[in-house]
Amino acid sequence: MIKVDNLYKKFNEQTVLDNISVKFDPGKTNLVIGRSGSGKTVLLKSIIGLHEVDSGEIWYDDILFNELDFKARKSIRKEIGMLFQGSALFDSLTVEQNVMFPLDMFTGKPIEEKLERVNFCLKRVNILNANQLYPAELSGGMKKRVAIARAISLNPKYLFCDEPNSGLDPLTAILIDELIKELTEEYCMTTIVNTHDMNSVMKIGDKIMFIHEGAKCWEGSKEEILNSDCDTLNDFIFANALARQLRQSLK
Amino acid sequence: MFRFLSQTGLYFILLKKVFSRPEKPSVYYRQTMRELVFLGFNSIGIIAIISFFMGAVITLQTAYNTENPIYPTYLIGLGCRDSIILEFSSTITALILAGKVGSNIASEIGTMRVTEQIDALEIMGVNSASYLILPKIIATLLFNPLLTLLSIIVGITGGWIAGTTAGVITSQDFIYGIQYAFIPYYITYSIIKTLFFAFIISSVSAFQGYFVEGGSLEVGRASTKAVVYSSLLILLFNVLLTQLLLS
Repeated sequence: MIKVDNLYKKFNEQTVLDNISVKFDPGKTNLVIGRSGSGKTVLLKSIIGLHEVDSGEIWYDDILFNELDFKARKSIRKEIGMLFQGSALFDSLTVEQNVMFPLDMFTGKPIEEKLERVNFCLKRVNILNANQLYPAELSGGMKKRVAIARAISLNPKYLFCDEPNSGLDPLTAILIDELIKELTEEYCMTTIVNTHDMNSVMKIGDKIMFIHEGAKCWEGSKEEILNSDCDTLNDFIFANALARQLRQSLK
Repeated sequence: MFRFLSQTGLYFILLKKVFSRPEKPSVYYRQTMRELVFLGFNSIGIIAIISFFMGAVITLQTAYNTENPIYPTYLIGLGCRDSIILEFSSTITALILAGKVGSNIASEIGTMRVTEQIDALEIMGVNSASYLILPKIIATLLFNPLLTLLSIIVGITGGWIAGTTAGVITSQDFIYGIQYAFIPYYITYSIIKTLFFAFIISSVSAFQGYFVEGGSLEVGRASTKAVVYSSLLILLFNVLLTQLLLS
């Protein structure tokens, strides 16, 4: 479980997170949605500790994360897997080396065991016969899947995904969404996904939080989101023409 | 002034992070071997070519500027040897490496920063500064002295070939000249300078890359800054070290 209480964050004089409080449950795909520049990525990076917050509390189960020093945070970070918007695979390493990297760094396992784990993770995300390829040789969807394989290689308790569908075609985006949901349930991870893709919202959103201009505007489930009375949320959901037409026809 | 002080402070904070205890020495060892190839072995060609022509030009210029019967011709060999050992092989090689290796380090680390690869390392709990920068510093500290020695050998050979081919000095005179009044400490002096320069090149360039903010344009700027600042510091330390070591 990850809990955030009264989070504030400013860059210079601009408030980017304004009194955010939310609880993310384990075994569920928790979505943070909002327009570009609404503060989703800053929230995610603050929860992970890449940005220091100005005030507020970040709890990983019963540990107050933002009060810990660099060394103490390390033990929690080893339990975190992260999928970045641009995948963030290490360019100089092959697919196999990328997935093996956390195992090399934090386990003393023999190479055979590490290879077995790498192959298991790659198979789990449907990447076959690509062990010796470099990131530059992969498609966008493959990069995301390799990044997921790397993120789950150490069996993390927490999984963070920043815009996992950006730059992908709709079918590949659905595959990535399904993969994230399956893995979340399979390993009972606390998963937080940043997205502005409504397909993802309706497909995998067990719990959804909408933020606008750094503040939490709405919180609920995918079943509740279409009937929300929050105007800002409705503007966001029904921004595209297809969604508007659908709403009109339903009315 | 404030910016200069804050950047200097940030540089030393980064160095403290770089020299903290490595998480997994075996991974760092592997990374250092990789950097030895990328930053060291891959520089052999350019250093050899530049040193050869540098030696050749020094010999010819010394010869044409000392066309006086008072001066014995073997002094051309001596002049070539001392110029190369004392200044060219350490300082000029360092300036060339600041361009080649320095820009390489800054752009590699800078690209990793803007593509969130450094964030990925941090999230995994890896000390990104140490993992990325320490192997580069060690690799340049180990390999640059070898490059300097190579540069000395190739430079003097270049001088000998150019001098004898152009007919400005006989082979015997040149060889006598490079052996005449040889002071072995000059080699030590050259290596000490090289070690300082190697540290400057790798750490300053890494610093420029590590704190890049923005995109590809900023990575390019960081790369240019890495070369400029490294070169300036090399020239400054060249003066200081020469005064300290030769006075």
